[in-house]
Amino acid sequence: MSHWIIAPVILPALLAPIIAFVMRHDITLARAASLAGTIALAAISIGLMASVSAGDTFVYRLGDWPAPYGIVLVLDQLSALMLVLTSVLALIVVLHAAASGWDGRGRHFHALFQFQLMGICGAFLTGDAFNLFVFFEVLLIASYGLMIHGGGRARLQAGLQYVVMNLAGSTLFLFALGTLYASTGTLNIADLAVKIRELPVEETALARVAAILLMVVFLIKAAIFPVHFWLPGTYSNAPAPVAALFAIMTKVGAYAIIRIHTIVFGPDVAATGGLIGDWLMPAAAVTLAIGALGVLGARRLKPMISFAVVGSMGTLMLAVSAFTPQATTAALYYALHSTFAAAALFLLADLVISRRPDGDALSTQPPLSQNGLFAALFFAAAIGMAGMPPLSGFLGKLIILDALRGTPGMTVGWATILIGSLLIIVGFARAGSTLFWKSTAVLTRSEGDGPDYAASQGDEGPPQEPPAQATAFQVAPTMSAIAILALLSVFAGPVTGYLDMAAEQLHDSSGYVNAVLQPGGEGEQ
Amino acid sequence: MELVVASSVGVLTAGGVYLILRLRAFPVILGLALLSYAVNVFLFATGRLAINAPPVLNKYADVAYSDPLPQALVLTAIVISFGMTAVLVMVALGAYLEADHDRIDMTGNEEAEAAEKESGS
Repeated sequence: MSHWIIAPVILPALLAPIIAFVMRHDITLARAASLAGTIALAAISIGLMASVSAGDTFVYRLGDWPAPYGIVLVLDQLSALMLVLTSVLALIVVLHAAASGWDGRGRHFHALFQFQLMGICGAFLTGDAFNLFVFFEVLLIASYGLMIHGGGRARLQAGLQYVVMNLAGSTLFLFALGTLYASTGTLNIADLAVKIRELPVEETALARVAAILLMVVFLIKAAIFPVHFWLPGTYSNAPAPVAALFAIMTKVGAYAIIRIHTIVFGPDVAATGGLIGDWLMPAAAVTLAIGALGVLGARRLKPMISFAVVGSMGTLMLAVSAFTPQATTAALYYALHSTFAAAALFLLADLVISRRPDGDALSTQPPLSQNGLFAALFFAAAIGMAGMPPLSGFLGKLIILDALRGTPGMTVGWATILIGSLLIIVGFARAGSTLFWKSTAVLTRSEGDGPDYAASQGDEGPPQEPPAQATAFQVAPTMSAIAILALLSVFAGPVTGYLDMAAEQLHDSSGYVNAVLQPGGEGEQ
Repeated sequence: MELVVASSVGVLTAGGVYLILRLRAFPVILGLALLSYAVNVFLFATGRLAINAPPVLNKYADVAYSDPLPQALVLTAIVISFGMTAVLVMVALGAYLEADHDRIDMTGNEEAEAAEKESGS
């Protein structure tokens, strides 16, 4: 075991500067290195996941300092799962970026991409709250670069908004950590879990403030009402592969809430009690409603997908807010599903938008030469996102509904999930028929003056070349994202079996605390 | 002492929040800088305020010491906020040069784009 735990952080951290300094003039070389690094990352993550399948918690002490004093990385089933999710998504995204040529439209795409992976993997592995802040900053600063990759007015403006929003969030994170340290005297997550439970009830006011502040910070990342406003503008203006990668960024926020607010501020803690869940539940319900209405009201394809992401985060948080093992299993399954569903939609949107003359406006155009293929892919991805059978979104929502049964939030949760799903289905059905179906009608109408592409361009300007056909290599990443949705559905039994174990391990925090704090416990080095 | 630290954190935060809400690039950058100063002072105070106390233990005598951990945290926070401010300035400059105005919000963008299209055609 020993040193493999830190490999998901070290590998991209070493690869990124090499790509930035040595390979910056050779895009082919950078692509190859980035792809190889991502494949290696996926292999390492799957290896780590296999090593924790027995339910162990491995601890890696940086500098061999014992736990509450030094920084530790902790590998349990939850973090291993998130690592696998990250690396598989990264593989799909890097393939799409190379196939579509997005990585060549600005500089240093692959270096920033690897730094982003380093930050995300670090955030999933760390067992120290301040170290979590540092990894958040690493992934954010890389995401600023990726967000404005390729330039352009709208993208830079949206990027500026995104940077300002996240800098304010980082400041809030520091305030929260300071408050937490002032009230407990530690920032190690396992040690916090012990200290919070030892606090006398009359001295817990500061700890409660810290818990709520931390929740707000993570909600900013997860784009939950009332701090979700940055997401639609950011995702719809980001380059498509980056938007697909950002699908994991919202899950970083969700992961942090699942981790910290279960282990440290769990429902059994006298200081906070049900406080977190009581606030999270209505916020998540409102988020889902906003996402569903946004999907219905969007006039462009990418904002529509962005609002679908907002809605999926609301659904995810509804499950998280129950804070029971069963609900955590449901939340994790839905997190897996919604990451790949969002990525598939953004990648597909890129394939379609780059071939349409008026970009991502939801308007009827003459059909593209591969209209049938794109329509079928959109249909599959939309089914996944909206939560219809047979893809995993349906199962995910079903498990969440089941987990919410009997909890206080059942009425609100069921109503918002079911009505929200209906609105999202209507929104996607309308968008799909506008984009792909009605376009064949345009073709029949314009057949008189020839169905060629230039006819639609009007009289002005020279006739344009029809856009290039999407090659199999360009479609493959999108298809594999959808294939993963199908696989998640087919192998839902084994997957939820693993998630059940991860959720049990998470909710029984004594295993985590003992592994981290006991000298010479399961951890080494 | 406590009053000075507490009020400086409060005033810096209030000023920072006010400037961020101005929604123009330069005031927002200044506001975020003020906020990061506020949080740095705040982090110092989380280790309890002490004067003339070194941040090291003395193994020969039981003398007062100040908590070294918040100082390390502040150092990290300063480095990160410095780097982030530099990135923010560059992004803001890029957005200003592209858009010809320094507003942070994107409302009215669609109308501007529509007007641009009309004037172009």
